[in-house]
Amino acid sequence: MDEDDEMDMKVKKYLRGESANLEILQDRKLKGQLAVREELYGKSAKAAAKIEKWLLPSEGGYLEAEGIEKTWRIKQESIAQEVDILSTRNQYDIVLPDFGPYSLDFTSSGRYMAIAGRKGHLGILDMKNMALIKEFQVRETVRDIAFLHNELFFAAAQKKYPYIYNRDGTELHCLKEHGAVLKLQFLKNHFLLATINKLGQLHYQDVTTGQMVGNYRTGHGRSDVMQVNPFNGVVAVGHSRGTVSMWKPTSAAPVVKMLCHQGPVTALAFHSNGHLLATAGMERKIKLWDLRKFEVLQTLSGHAKTLDFSQKGLLAGATGSFVQIWGDLAGSQSYDRYMGHSMAKGYQIGKVAFRPYEDVLGIGHSKGWSSVLIPGSGEPNFDTWVANPFETPKQRREKEIHSLLDKLPPETIMLDPTKIGAVRPTRKKEKPTNPEREAELEAAVAAAKDIPMKKKTKGRNKPSKRAKKKQEAVEKAKRPFLEQAAKEEELSKEKRKRISEENELPKSLQRFTRKKAKA
Amino acid sequence: MKVKVISRSTDEFTRERSQDLQRVFRNFDPNLRTQEKATEYVRALNAAKLEKIFARPFIGAMDGHIDTVSCMAKNPNHLKGIFSGSMDGDIRLWDLATRRTVCQFSGHQGAVRGLTASTDGRVLVSCGTDCTVRLWKVPVATVMESEESLHNSSEPLAVYVWKNAFWAVDHQWDGNLFATAGAQVDIWDHDRSQPVNSFEWGKDTVVSVRFNPGEPNVLATSASDRSITIYDLRMSSPARRVVMRTKTNSISWNPMEPMNFTAANEDCNCYSYDARKLDEAKCVHQDHVSAVMDIDYSPTGREFVTGSYDRTVRIFQYNGGHSREIYHTKRMQRVFCVKFSCDASYVISGSDDTNLRLWKAKASEQLGVLLPRERKKHEYLEAVKNRYKHLPEVKRIVRHRHLPKPIYKAASLRRIMADAARRKEDRRRAHSAPGSRPKEAFRKKRILQEVE
Repeated sequence: MDEDDEMDMKVKKYLRGESANLEILQDRKLKGQLAVREELYGKSAKAAAKIEKWLLPSEGGYLEAEGIEKTWRIKQESIAQEVDILSTRNQYDIVLPDFGPYSLDFTSSGRYMAIAGRKGHLGILDMKNMALIKEFQVRETVRDIAFLHNELFFAAAQKKYPYIYNRDGTELHCLKEHGAVLKLQFLKNHFLLATINKLGQLHYQDVTTGQMVGNYRTGHGRSDVMQVNPFNGVVAVGHSRGTVSMWKPTSAAPVVKMLCHQGPVTALAFHSNGHLLATAGMERKIKLWDLRKFEVLQTLSGHAKTLDFSQKGLLAGATGSFVQIWGDLAGSQSYDRYMGHSMAKGYQIGKVAFRPYEDVLGIGHSKGWSSVLIPGSGEPNFDTWVANPFETPKQRREKEIHSLLDKLPPETIMLDPTKIGAVRPTRKKEKPTNPEREAELEAAVAAAKDIPMKKKTKGRNKPSKRAKKKQEAVEKAKRPFLEQAAKEEELSKEKRKRISEENELPKSLQRFTRKKAKA
Repeated sequence: MKVKVISRSTDEFTRERSQDLQRVFRNFDPNLRTQEKATEYVRALNAAKLEKIFARPFIGAMDGHIDTVSCMAKNPNHLKGIFSGSMDGDIRLWDLATRRTVCQFSGHQGAVRGLTASTDGRVLVSCGTDCTVRLWKVPVATVMESEESLHNSSEPLAVYVWKNAFWAVDHQWDGNLFATAGAQVDIWDHDRSQPVNSFEWGKDTVVSVRFNPGEPNVLATSASDRSITIYDLRMSSPARRVVMRTKTNSISWNPMEPMNFTAANEDCNCYSYDARKLDEAKCVHQDHVSAVMDIDYSPTGREFVTGSYDRTVRIFQYNGGHSREIYHTKRMQRVFCVKFSCDASYVISGSDDTNLRLWKAKASEQLGVLLPRERKKHEYLEAVKNRYKHLPEVKRIVRHRHLPKPIYKAASLRRIMADAARRKEDRRRAHSAPGSRPKEAFRKKRILQEVE
């Protein structure tokens, strides 16, 4: 029965939500068509679940402690002894102390890495062959780096403006409108480059047409904490007041503003399923938020200068020279300590990034960058049409064209992306129609008549007086309806008068009559 | 401790030789793909636009006749051939691929009113206003002869003269009999010079006749007294009859559901009926603005094509109230006959301007042999467009058809008149005692009575 439950859970994942309720439909033709379609969805979900069970080529990594061992005490050296040679090549430290703290970024396939040293060192590496593709010095402060849609283009946030470079190191564009950018993020599906600058302004630029799609003031001053939610494309910015605001390119006001911490927000990270947000504040707390209900799921204690979620949901947080990794293992909904890695004392970690489709964590620190093995963090099976670590140049070109054809307009960025194509619920009728109003009136009158009257004593209980009291109660019940009817009569009379006024005037003067009715 | 790390060997994931195909690995996990619905919506929009770009339905015109093309017949054994008869007695066999006349059959003195081919495709039966029924031998085209036997004419196999002018003819789908419509319905055999049997109901002219594809002995006829009658050859008298408010010009049975037929009516609508239950139409297909002259079903049974007096050809779904497609040209005048080709890809229309026109049934279809990858892509685009075709942007593009101005104006006028009539009826019902004016279904409204 465990197997059946497992298959059921898998099928549920592929169904992408609940099946529609067809009982409420009146239209029999539509009902028949939809029933056929729902059955087809069920079949395809089952087929996909079976494929996942039997046909995927690779299996995920894991780390299990035996006996009294705890997983978070296991060091990288002991992992290196147990693992094959190819994987040990992924553990290294590159020491480049001259060029300042390093920031890094991976392409979505995990094959190429871009590094940016604070003192102006930019480079692209091929991680499969451990080869340096290109490195060059821009002789300016570089604060952040991000790949665009593939490894051919990357954007670097330099001292005054962000620049876009080619893989060969050629400077392609200087984006003057953005100003002195602190953080850069690229929205893959929309081809938008989102930046936040020293003045706290958020800029969205379409990199295919060069058009500036949005340019908004966050209103809370300088902040250098910015992340993109991969599920729906909204950009979250963390402020020094402890609030996190989420933005979309089509509105000048933030979509969501949430108070997360009692001090400045130091780091943000989104889980790939879009429902989980990790925020770190200066008061030694790391909170995990559920984004559907905007509630705290869990609070972990610790500082974090940088946070990142892996594809499998492991959370890495780094402060000083220590990296801590939390994971929700054993199916439990809460995050526990999974692994840790401490580096030599002088190394200040600036950025951590999990490498997609590999069990590797890249760490950018003040003396260069390192890479450590975190078993179980990467997705073992990639899809060639989504991200291919073994991409040939021809496949890369085709993919670029297809993704350009599928480029989403900026209006599709919304908190709940499943609303696209959904039917808006019908609005209820605002005014009750005449028969309904009459029915309500009659019901009110009947209720008024049913009220029990107090029987008076000492000769005050005359029948005429009782009848008059009852009549007054009925009049009182009718009064609101009559008032409403009178009000509507007034309005319609005014409208009629206005229309007749307009008709009486000669045509050349009609433009000067009051146009209130049209609004 | 037990530890395992993802390690992929390059050999397993890349191809060995450059002659091999590239390896493709799939993981259908929804978590890997973000914003699926938005991507599908963008693809649906692009698919709708591409469909409009590639929509070029008109293939060519076949000219040769010197008078209105009044009737056409399909040859069941030859996909490429079609017969057409005109108002001056000229019958031609056309080759659709080259759009040329293969053979001419001359002999009729007046207009040719009906054409039909026999079950084996060897004999062509034609009837006309000169009170004759002629049987012709159809030349079997071979590869060698096709060059030489252009424009040759053949002599009729037989000429049968009868008492009255004929209006239509149809051959059994699976037998040796054919029926003609004139003053009454006559059933003929190929070898007899006189009708084998004769049916009559009332004194009015029978205007069209059609045999049922499933039941070889059942036929439907329509008469100028606004009735549709169903006959069974095994009984001596007609089976059922329904009288409508206006005359039916043509009938066509659904080849996949042989109990249903659709009647093309003078009041610009087509009515689909179930032959077993004639008191109510199954579906009313409304979109033409003038009398519908001819109707033919696709061999899939899912769509039918109609030609109307308003110079347009429309394609309807078998269960849809409105047309899926409209074809019109400045040069095409009143359309008198239409046929759906036997492979469901083409539509042929014959009209008043003496031309037969060949159109694609699906306007943006790519003709010819498709690679499997192309076919899958077309199917995917079709499916994604159908999923989002209710959303306003996609709907606007999918729905958009250019209508000639007279048709557009006539259609809006009809809509205004229908709205006015409906409003009047609603007000009458609102001001009369509740229940004294029941709502009449449109499907029933146009039927006067059903008679056994």
